[in-house]
Amino acid sequence: MTLISATLGHAAPYNFAYLDEQTKRMIRRAILKAIAIPGYQVPFASREMPMPYGWGTGGVQVTAAIIGPSDVLKVIDQGSDDTTNAVSIRKFFEKTAGVAVTTSTSAASIIQTRHRIPEETLKSGQVLVYQVPIPEPLRFLEPRETETRKMHALSEYGLMHVKLYEDIARHGHIAKTYAYPTMVGGRYLMDPSPTPKFDNPKMHRSAALQLFGAGREKRIYAVPPHTEVVSLDFDDHPFEVNKFDKPCALCAAEGVYLDEVILDDRGGRMFVCSDTDHCETRRADGHRGELLGSPIEQKEATHVA
Amino acid sequence: MSPETMSADDQPLLVARGVTKRYGPHIGCIDVNFELFPGEVLAIVGESGSGKSTLLSVLSTRLDPTAGSVGYRMRDGVMRNVFDLNEAERRLLMRTDWGFVHQDAREGLRMGISAGGNVGERLMAVGARHYGEIRSTALDWLNRVEIDQTRIDDAPKTFSGGMRQRLQIARNLVTNPRLIFMDEPTGGLDVSVQARLLDLLRGLVADLGLAVVIVTHDLAVARLLSHRIMVMRHGRVIETGLTDQVLDDPREPYTQLLVSSVLQV
Amino acid sequence: MTLKLELEDVAKTFVMHLQGGKTLEVVEGVSLSVSAGECVVLGGPSGAGKSSILKMIYGNYRTDRGRILVHGADGAIDVATAPPRQVIRLRHATIGYVSQFLRAIPRISALDLVAIAARDQGLDEGLALTRARDLLTRLNVPERLWSLPPATFSGGEQQRVNIARGFVADHAILLLDEPTASLDATNRAAVVELIRDKKQRGVAMLGIFHDEDVRDRVADRIVDVTRFAAKAA
Repeated sequence: MTLISATLGHAAPYNFAYLDEQTKRMIRRAILKAIAIPGYQVPFASREMPMPYGWGTGGVQVTAAIIGPSDVLKVIDQGSDDTTNAVSIRKFFEKTAGVAVTTSTSAASIIQTRHRIPEETLKSGQVLVYQVPIPEPLRFLEPRETETRKMHALSEYGLMHVKLYEDIARHGHIAKTYAYPTMVGGRYLMDPSPTPKFDNPKMHRSAALQLFGAGREKRIYAVPPHTEVVSLDFDDHPFEVNKFDKPCALCAAEGVYLDEVILDDRGGRMFVCSDTDHCETRRADGHRGELLGSPIEQKEATHVA
Repeated sequence: MSPETMSADDQPLLVARGVTKRYGPHIGCIDVNFELFPGEVLAIVGESGSGKSTLLSVLSTRLDPTAGSVGYRMRDGVMRNVFDLNEAERRLLMRTDWGFVHQDAREGLRMGISAGGNVGERLMAVGARHYGEIRSTALDWLNRVEIDQTRIDDAPKTFSGGMRQRLQIARNLVTNPRLIFMDEPTGGLDVSVQARLLDLLRGLVADLGLAVVIVTHDLAVARLLSHRIMVMRHGRVIETGLTDQVLDDPREPYTQLLVSSVLQV
Repeated sequence: MTLKLELEDVAKTFVMHLQGGKTLEVVEGVSLSVSAGECVVLGGPSGAGKSSILKMIYGNYRTDRGRILVHGADGAIDVATAPPRQVIRLRHATIGYVSQFLRAIPRISALDLVAIAARDQGLDEGLALTRARDLLTRLNVPERLWSLPPATFSGGEQQRVNIARGFVADHAILLLDEPTASLDATNRAAVVELIRDKKQRGVAMLGIFHDEDVRDRVADRIVDVTRFAAKAA
């Protein structure tokens, strides 16, 4: 850092968005290739980032390569804008790129995410950047990289169905609830990163550009806008999203992904929107969940939210 | 086969011409020629190092030959050199119209995946997408290879050696292949288990009209399963003919030695 | 009478490489023929090469010289030079072999073993089973044994199962390699009856019978094999 500081002067301790321009070009080339071949994992020369692997180094590099001074960045982790990881990454770009940040889905031009897709439908022009731990959906079925590459090249994906078969044989249904395998554009098998399968349908023909970065595994892949993303299934065991019995306890939203929140050590719990922005926006619009009915609970719930 | 007795559906399935494999200065197999017809079982016998396993690997496209060709009559009736197929065609052939039974079942099975998943994999690979149908086909095949149907959800790592081999056979046969390669399929099994497996194989091969190329050093296996035999030594085929003829009236010195070294069976 | 089987100047020599290349000249100049409905018996002492002649006809032994012509609807096939597939086809369709020893196949019942031999030749399953039951009955194989694999049977029972296998199909040519050896009088008589039935149906038979009584009852001609003895042994 001292060397860079000395070179660029005190006012610019980092290059814009941390990465040097050559690296950003290299990553952009990988991204362009990924967009040109939807679902295909493009290798890239992943850099060491000032955070450990597993903390979103792939997503951060992708974001760094595409972000510009006029972008508005939102970062979420498990749907929440205020978890440690999300806050750190947001601050990282505030500091290194000086860009505007937001927690509002609709206001963001780039949304970096771990484990969720916002409830609000993404628009054309928005980019969703996923942090990916293991990009290869076949990895745990076929350990040889040489073989998985051949399987992708030849579109040999029977093995993935074997995994789903095993689930049904063992549990009576497809037990995979996150990182649920998808076919992109009818050609490549893709791991949608560890998002809940609830979010899979949102990927299908989304107006937004979806980019996936895996830092440790050095892979980038993409789903261009309006691309077909189909979750694998069997004719007699069709793909189904998780269903929740009750609406959000805070904003009464239905058909959204809910997190379980433990309220006390006596078994008290509530189910609330995992997407905090969505929940807050609804409440601001006057929606009230059952937990906001009584004054005491309202106090507690406000504390939680 | 004389031309006048050859009908349209009586053409060779597999044709090896001058098949040669060298490993640098070392010889794998040299100038092997034969034809295999539908429903025919050909045993390749010889000691270890005779080139029989190398030959099997080349025939099954697991190794590229140094010289020679291997023709295969595809389901559309056209004879193609298997080494001219592109990789996608070759792999499709290997998991649909061909089978390969390994000596070590761990090479031919997915040990952590249930028996049903192992049998169903080839079906799913060619597009089967109905769980119930895949499962009932798997159950049927377990039955045919005499594996208790209640074991369908157990992984082969919990199976005995004989069961694993039978599962490997079911996994291969589920797509109704026409040609099966077998590499010492009874090797390493107890004698009683061997007998049961051989009996099962004999029945399946006859019922399904399978063509088989089986590599074995066990002449008793060759006698029980094969119609024809090729004796290999130092990479070359030194004697070939009807199985009982070669075993009961061996001509070459080496074959005589091989036959005389075997306990009477 | 239609000629079914014809041997012309057939010779057989074994070269024993394990004994320094010693040659064992078994027979030479074997010429004989068998017509439909005829039972020809090979005569001569043990070691004269009778069994080797049958084995050459069946393709079990190679033929060093001469021709072994099997006449059928499609013309004549020379077993001495026919490729393996054609020999296998002949064995299924045309030539039956009744040997003394049963090569038992594990886990297949006696009844199925006999029926399979008929089905191999193209008979439908029902007819094959009917014939198999009939033959096992005529050869006095107790019915309680039919469903059991013959591996555990006594020698005589195994032999009778094998005789049933040999007779069950409709082969135009039958090679009989001492089928009555060690059978009791009742079963010898049963076999003689079976051979006579086959003769009636025009089957050409070539056999070896050490039992003179049986030989006299079935043989139309006896060919003395000693006259084919190799000269330069």
